[in-house]
Formats: sequence, C-alpha cells, structure tokens
Amino acid sequence: MSGWRSLPAGAAVLRPGSTADNITGTWRVVRPVIDQERCIRCGICWMYCPDSAILELKREYTTRGGKRYEVTYEVDYDHCKGCGICANECPVKAIEVVLEAK
Amino acid sequence: MTYRTIRDLPREELFAPGHSMCAGCGAAIAMRWLTKVAGRNTIIVNATGCVEVTTTQFPHTAWRVPYLHVAFENAAAAASGVEAALRVLASKGLRAPSGEKVVVVAGDGGTYDIGLQSLSGMLERGHKVLYVLYDNEAYMNTGIQRSGSTPKYAWTTTTPVGPHIKGKVQWKKDIMGIVLAHRVVYAATASIAYVVDLANKARKALDYSEEGPTFLHVLAPCVPGWRYPENKTVEVARLAVETGYFPLYEWERGAFRLNPPSNTHMDKSRRRPLKEFLRLQGRFTHLTDQEIAEIEAELDTYWNHLAKLVQAYGQ
Repeated sequence: MSGWRSLPAGAAVLRPGSTADNITGTWRVVRPVIDQERCIRCGICWMYCPDSAILELKREYTTRGGKRYEVTYEVDYDHCKGCGICANECPVKAIEVVLEAK
Repeated sequence: MTYRTIRDLPREELFAPGHSMCAGCGAAIAMRWLTKVAGRNTIIVNATGCVEVTTTQFPHTAWRVPYLHVAFENAAAAASGVEAALRVLASKGLRAPSGEKVVVVAGDGGTYDIGLQSLSGMLERGHKVLYVLYDNEAYMNTGIQRSGSTPKYAWTTTTPVGPHIKGKVQWKKDIMGIVLAHRVVYAATASIAYVVDLANKARKALDYSEEGPTFLHVLAPCVPGWRYPENKTVEVARLAVETGYFPLYEWERGAFRLNPPSNTHMDKSRRRPLKEFLRLQGRFTHLTDQEIAEIEAELDTYWNHLAKLVQAYGQ
C-alpha cells in the first residue's frame, strides 16, 4: 500500500473476492487426497467445504472398471486449510487424509 | 423453485476462499450457501462478528456481492436504511428498481444481545430484509465469551468450570420465539449439516422478503469454541438436530411446521441420545449425569412447547 492518499473514498474495497489471493493452503497440517477410482461423484465434499476448496470440474473420467463420469472433484490446495470435513463426510471413504510433513 | 438434491444447488461461488475463518468453520459453510442461493443481485449488511473480521481484512474482501460493514448493534438498522433508500430512489424515479435483496448477516452476539433492539425495530417497521443469524453460541471471535445464546453448562472463558459454577448458569434464549412474536411472514431454523434444507429455506426467506422481514436461524458449530476436532463440524451439527437439541422448523404465513428429520422427533424415542451430541465437545466434558438429565428435562419442556405450536398452528 502506498499511503492513505491513494485509497479509494471511504476506504472501499474495489475488487470483489480478493481474499482468493491469500494462499491459506499454507495453514494445512494434513492434506486430503481424493481417490478418483473410488469417488462416486456425489458432491458431498464439495457441498460441505468451508473454503470452497473442492473444485467441481467438467472433466471426464473413466475408472479402470469402465465406469464413466462427466465431472471430476479436485482439491484446490492453494486454499484448502486441511480441516478434513470432506474425508469425514465422504460416504465411500474415497478421501484419505495424509500428513503434510513426516 | 425447490432444490431436491445436491445436483439442483447453485454452482457459482460468491463467497471467495482465502478468508481467515478457522479450518472447519461452520459459519463459513453457512455463508457459502447463503450467497450461492441469494445470487449476485444481493446487498449484504454484516454486523461485527467472526464472519465480519475474517472476511474483510483490509484491503481484501471475500464477498463477490455488494457488502456493507457495520457495527454490532446496528446491522438491522443499517439494512433498514439500505432497503428504504432503494425504495425511495425508485419512487422518485432516480433509480430503476432491479429487485436486489437486502440481507443481514449477524452472529449470536450481534443478534441475541447487542443487536436485539435494531432487529426488533426492523421487524416492527416491516422492512423487506432477510436477517440471517449464524449461531455459534458465544462471542467466538473475541475469545469465547458467553452470549445469550450459549447453552446452560457450556464452558466459555467468562463462564469457567470450577468449584462455584459449572459453565454457563442460565439457559439459552429462545430467539425464534422473540422473532415470531413480531408476527413475521417467514422465519425458520436451519443447520449447515442439512444444506438442501438450508438452501430451500434461504430461497423461501428471500422470496418472502418481498412482502416483509424474514428471519433465518442457522446453527453453525465452532471448532475452537465448542472444542471438538476440526473435521467434525458437520457431524456435530447433524447430531444437534438428530438428538433434538436444535429442531428444524419453519413458520410460514401463520403456519408452523417441523421439517425432516425433526418432524419425527416429537416422539422422544426417535431422537438420538443427547449424550452423543454433548460428548463430542470439550465445552461439555465436565458434565455429570445429573446435569445431562437436567439439560434433557429442559429440552423436553422445549419440545412440549413446540408440540403446542404444532397443535395451534400446524397444518
């Protein structure tokens, strides 16, 4: 920042959603890892994530068993704080929580 | 419009990541779904509280909708002003009405205690505003001080557990009773564990806010304040409903309705034992069986009160 004279009137914040610049992934002690083979694409992890850090991507995925899905869920590790709600709520235990450092 | 499954829920994220809410924050889940359902044409008026201090650290904001930062005691008053200003500008032909929604976001401290007068004023004057209370049952952002919402026997830093008192001395205030006494058109309780129900209630409350004030009471568990592991937020919120501690119900145009799964809980045997909810949380670890029985008896009294509401206003 370059002094108060350069601030917008009322110190309004002009860029919506700018906290996305903060890399809160550095808070993480444990890391959720999604097993794409086991994942049934129910969306429960996406629904409960407090940091919108489960991304729902329009990317096809075919399991080794031949099951085809139109979406893929991926973790946004820049913003995931590692709370583990996703792994706790996953109905098929497709999310493993692993330590960031050993 | 009704959301039936996760597939129907809105996809656009209007509550950005990178905010400084704790890992596993229940209120963050509530804010994500409130903004998703309300959409872009919404003005948020936010009282002081966890959500305010963690989403608007200057020069950043987590909100992708217009947002007004106000004090603890005046969020409902400021929202009343925003709504009145939009109405007057439209009636004078100075600005075309675009159907924007005005939504208050406030915590339990800003609602049960400090903001109660401005909330009551807003409800009484009939402003077309949705008031969303995210209830984490204490002043969490300033360091876990008790509020009017903290349940009896809960440990907080101002109601410690020792030889003289065992956590909070008083019972939790019935805020829904206070709101319903204003004869609002729509008011409901919701939980972050039941997102589809929460989204439908937010949708209804926003639609009814075209007629007058509406109110949403969302239970949002708090990792540091309730003292449970951070991956258990949704589990604790679900147990709060399943044990009958936090019943889901709605008041719609003079009709009172319990919502699933609480609609089966009038029969006490259909509720899970209250212990399952309490034992997950560090703020209740000191409880004796006698104190748990006392809490259970108070809950039964509350359920009897709900039964009378169903009798009088049920459909």
